[in-house]
Amino acid sequence: MNQLVVENVTKRYANHVALNNVSLAVPSQSIYGLLGPNGAGKTTLIRIINQIIDADEGTILINGEKLLPHHIAAIGYLPEERGLYKKLKVGEQLIYFARLRGLSRSDALIKIKYWIEKFEIKDWWNKKIEDLSKGMAQKVQFISTVLHEPKLIILDEPFSGFDPVNTNLIRDEILELREKGSTIIFSTHRMETVEELCDHIALINKSKKILEGAKKDVKAKYRTNTYIVEHRGNFSLEGEKYEHRGNRSLDDGYQETLIRIKSDRNANQLIHDLVDATEIHGFKEQIPSMNEIFIQLVNGGSDE
Amino acid sequence: MNKIFLIIQREFLNRVQKKSFLIATILLPLIFPAIIAIMVYVAKEQEKGTKTEVIHFVDESGLFNPNDIKRYELKQFNGNIEDAKIAFSNSDDFGLLHIPKINLSHPTGIALYTKVNPSPSDISDLESKIESQIKEAKMIKFNIDKRILDSLKTDISIRSISLSKSGQEKSSDSKVLFGIGMMGGILIYIFIFIYGAQIMQGVIEEKTSKVVEVIVSSVRPFQLMLGKILGLASVGLLQFLIWIVLITTVSSLALGYLGFDMPQQEMMNQVANQSAYNSEFMDMMQTVNEIPMLYIVSCFLFYFLGGYLLYGALFAAVGSAVDSPAEAQQFIFPITIPMLISYFALFTFILDNPHSTISIWLSIIPFTSPIAMIGRIGFGVPTLQLVASMVCLIGGFIFTTWVAARIYRIGILMHGSKVSYKVLVKWFMMKS
Repeated sequence: MNQLVVENVTKRYANHVALNNVSLAVPSQSIYGLLGPNGAGKTTLIRIINQIIDADEGTILINGEKLLPHHIAAIGYLPEERGLYKKLKVGEQLIYFARLRGLSRSDALIKIKYWIEKFEIKDWWNKKIEDLSKGMAQKVQFISTVLHEPKLIILDEPFSGFDPVNTNLIRDEILELREKGSTIIFSTHRMETVEELCDHIALINKSKKILEGAKKDVKAKYRTNTYIVEHRGNFSLEGEKYEHRGNRSLDDGYQETLIRIKSDRNANQLIHDLVDATEIHGFKEQIPSMNEIFIQLVNGGSDE
Repeated sequence: MNKIFLIIQREFLNRVQKKSFLIATILLPLIFPAIIAIMVYVAKEQEKGTKTEVIHFVDESGLFNPNDIKRYELKQFNGNIEDAKIAFSNSDDFGLLHIPKINLSHPTGIALYTKVNPSPSDISDLESKIESQIKEAKMIKFNIDKRILDSLKTDISIRSISLSKSGQEKSSDSKVLFGIGMMGGILIYIFIFIYGAQIMQGVIEEKTSKVVEVIVSSVRPFQLMLGKILGLASVGLLQFLIWIVLITTVSSLALGYLGFDMPQQEMMNQVANQSAYNSEFMDMMQTVNEIPMLYIVSCFLFYFLGGYLLYGALFAAVGSAVDSPAEAQQFIFPITIPMLISYFALFTFILDNPHSTISIWLSIIPFTSPIAMIGRIGFGVPTLQLVASMVCLIGGFIFTTWVAARIYRIGILMHGSKVSYKVLVKWFMMKS
């Protein structure tokens, strides 16, 4: 079951197309990374899902239903940096945003109480946002995003400005929210976040989707049949079957060599050939990082 | 609809809970009378403290009577004017008056030498005194008895009474009406600027902090804009009502302190028994009593709100288009032009001539009517003109709100782009 489905969405502005026939499927209870360089159209897509603007063509389905104004109660949105009134006190701010999302005042108070106790920020109730540090303000912002228990949470660069302690805190909350049934969409440039948290990704470049899928499938698709071999002593398997793609010295006379299989041989056969050639200390496949895939796709154009 | 009220409530509380609101609301009605009192006090003290200036004079005509002039100490210089000039420039005195031999029927050549430029009032004071002395000299020459002339002098003041069709008489004192029109016009002018700037700043803050993206996912941009404008309007109304209460209380307390605490009718009778000066005062009081206060206050409230709504929407649109208040300047300027025109028109001709064609038109065109109509209202405005003006103002703010909303919905989501009028037109034309 998909929590969010985007079907053939197109959005045009006067001089350019911001989104060109983009389709996405965000599985329920997944953490979905929405990636892409600046200006690719991520913000436009997020705004369309949040009903801030309307798409020119295409449909959006939330939990199988066509997106309608009442669905805002089911969506939590954390815009990149701030998104809070600087002069307003923490407590009033949280109540105001909760009520805009359709919660009653008394419900909002109960839920805020739960979160401020959890984040140990009870003392902040009467402080203005401008008197808080950036990290503190982001905790408040996070609470305001998830307070109404949305099924779909959209986070735009949620970790910028967080120290490692708060990053961990928020990461654990995100994982817990998923356990409780929420679906989370990340819009981010931080590939380490994607590596660590996301289980699905989509890459948007120049207003088109150029890649989508489960992270492990994407990675599998971009494997290059290259293996990292740790060994002692020089050797060479260069030839029709194999290609050496680099070598470097490690401590204590060990070396690391990258070998790509050119032919239809598999890893086992490579190990077999290596045993005869050198003394093996380590062997593993070189899996491309999301960062490498991202850069390769964005710079090299899509392979579709 | 519920959410608009939520926004109105939020905006209202935001402003009202601020200390600056409390200070402005309570202090302003006290500051104005205080400033006037201080100025009067300082002027009086100055009058007391300054010594009388000395003017030397050389009188070759033999007509001049220095005892007639109380404002200066006059010292006669016996000798010719050239010597007098030298003596004067070596002294610390204020001036040297030279009255040459003059032809009574055509007196010319009278001069005042001073070290600093004399004020117009100094000159006209001396002029009128010398004029009357020459006049007296002429009377003697023509053998007219001064007593006869004095008995011819009459002092009258016209009491203007406006007569309505139904035959009711109302005394109207244009000084009082002038004052009402001026105060009302200034109040509306200041109110629109201060609250307009607050709307704009609020919109810019929401835009740059991206709060607006969180909010417009819950409400339509139009609702947010309207909520903001109406929220601030309710703050303005509250402030205005507090001012009325405070001013009434303070002025009645002040009057009581000055001994005017008797019932008005009794006071009028007492005043009437006093001298002629007081009959003018009594006329004024009568005018004040006869002014239809309820009518004027309700008209004021209408134009106060109407003008605010008309301009408030435009200020919101400007705020949505820019990223900082500094960038807003270029768009604020054209908005302020009609305001400035009506403000200057108020002082130059509307109050002096409230029924002239241009005054009537300015009070009907919605962009200038809030100030222009308040200037005219006390002098009596024909119902047809008032209705036309009100309808135009309502139409005007519906129009500006519609235009502003179309710019606003796009503007609040645009960041970092350079905005020109061409861009604004493009946003306006964009379909949603």
